[in-house]
Amino acid sequence: MAIGVKVVERPTEQTSYVRAALTGMAHTLKHMLNPEKVTTQYPEQKESISKRWRGTHRMLTTEDGKAKCVGCGLCPTVCPANCIKLVPGEDEQGNRYPLVFEIDEFRCIFCGYCQEVCPEEAIHMGRHYENSEYSREGFVYDLERLMAQTHPVSELWDPMDPKGE
Amino acid sequence: MMPVVALLQLTGPTTEPGFGFWLAATVVKLVAIFTVYMLGAALLTLAERKISAWMQDRHGPNRVGKGWLQPIADGVKNFVKEETYPDAANLPIFILAPVISFIPALVTWAVIPFAAPWGSRWGIVEMVLAPLPIGFLFILAISSLGVYGIVLAGWSSNNKYALLGSVRSTAQMVSYEIAMGMATIPVLLLAGNVSLSKIVNQQAFETWNVINLTVAFFIFLVAAFAETNRLPFDLPEAESELITGYHTEYSAMKFSLFFIAEYCNMITASALMATLFFGGWDIPFTLWDNLAPHTGIKTLLTLGAFATKTMFFLFLFMWIRWTLPRFRYDQLMSLGWKFMLPLALGYIVAIASLIVTLQFLGFAQGSWPFHLGLAMLNVVAVIVLFMILDRGRIISPASSRLDQRDIARLRAVSARPRTPLLPETGD
Repeated sequence: MAIGVKVVERPTEQTSYVRAALTGMAHTLKHMLNPEKVTTQYPEQKESISKRWRGTHRMLTTEDGKAKCVGCGLCPTVCPANCIKLVPGEDEQGNRYPLVFEIDEFRCIFCGYCQEVCPEEAIHMGRHYENSEYSREGFVYDLERLMAQTHPVSELWDPMDPKGE
Repeated sequence: MMPVVALLQLTGPTTEPGFGFWLAATVVKLVAIFTVYMLGAALLTLAERKISAWMQDRHGPNRVGKGWLQPIADGVKNFVKEETYPDAANLPIFILAPVISFIPALVTWAVIPFAAPWGSRWGIVEMVLAPLPIGFLFILAISSLGVYGIVLAGWSSNNKYALLGSVRSTAQMVSYEIAMGMATIPVLLLAGNVSLSKIVNQQAFETWNVINLTVAFFIFLVAAFAETNRLPFDLPEAESELITGYHTEYSAMKFSLFFIAEYCNMITASALMATLFFGGWDIPFTLWDNLAPHTGIKTLLTLGAFATKTMFFLFLFMWIRWTLPRFRYDQLMSLGWKFMLPLALGYIVAIASLIVTLQFLGFAQGSWPFHLGLAMLNVVAVIVLFMILDRGRIISPASSRLDQRDIARLRAVSARPRTPLLPETGD
């Protein structure tokens, strides 16, 4: 089967290279002289992120500075990425608290299940995304580090208010 | 022309500069030109990035010293990067190739006059490094040497993409070199000389060549784009097809040398266009700058005029680069051989006949009927050129290069009823 060659006859306005080139050059010049640029100058300027943004975790604390976590073990259970390590402990009054609470932010898929499942509203996702490190070990956040985070926490999706209004 | 030269000699300082002063002036000019040239090439990389960014609604480099120190940062990066040598490369040629492509780009600049002569206390200083009497021929000879660097780079890399890039480059440069040389012959016909200083003088006292020889300027412009391997003629590089072609295997400063060479070629081509067609260092609408006495202020002002013209063309180079897409290889070749070359040849004949006719009719060069004749021919030529260019024949689809009979035959073949490969069984 030979190739059928289709030759389309077009009017001069469409086939003129000169006109097309000049139109294009006018277009680029117009954009060059336009002072409005679209770049966000990142470290100085930041894009606003959603209230439901799920970023770096944060452990909320009680008024006396202790973690709200009671070591119930729900978050390591629900975590699909298996990134939460929790060893629960108990003091003399029978209050449970986490002996070890570590989140590997590298393994985390930021699904937000831990925040949803937490009965004490202790562990939260955060509205924060700048968490670069020099080593892999740096991404394993322990309890002190999770408590020391200061960024705003993310809101859960509310079925009564699906659009967040 | 003769009275002008006499005038220049009469009113300037009559003393020829002594050898010592000539040597000192030459060394100063040498160092100054080299510095400005290298600095210019470095700043051009910044300008290119800035202009491309602005055209795409971005900001461009603005971090290292508000962006101004970006060329220095790039240079430092290129110096400290690792140099890679491919195992199969032909090492001596591989190392020599960037140098070979870099040097002609620099050498060409030596004969371009960049300002009015300066009548100093010790004698007249020509504002050109080497006022060669064969100026323009020198440029043609040297600028075509640049292709050797590219060819050798592609060949010695022992890489098929690099080789393809350099082969394309050779074909392209050879094709457009001819059109470029032919386009300048009308200029030389009018000037009656190949010395660039004489060409500038002729334009200063008559009109800029772009007004009388627009078609030649157009051909020269297109050929200059092809010669410098800039878009829309950057087929030797062609990132998307050839992985940047001839310098695929190059790294660090050797790659940078190719890059600098490209920008140097751009500067030279821009300066040439300004010199040949836009009056060089001439300031328009006044003869003040062309007549003696040659003071320092004149030299500075004419230098400014020359720089402005050159920078305009440099901007044009970038403007076109960030607007037009690359040509296809067959389009490039057919444009060069089937359009540019015949056009340039025909134009030479037209201009030469016109000059001979006008002189036969008794109109000396420089008189107003002579100019009127040239201008009228130019108007006609420009109209015809753009009519032809605008017919969609120059940059055409591949199908348009097929013979009409072939198209008819192919259509007949495709319209023929198909014979089934297997006997039909019937339901």
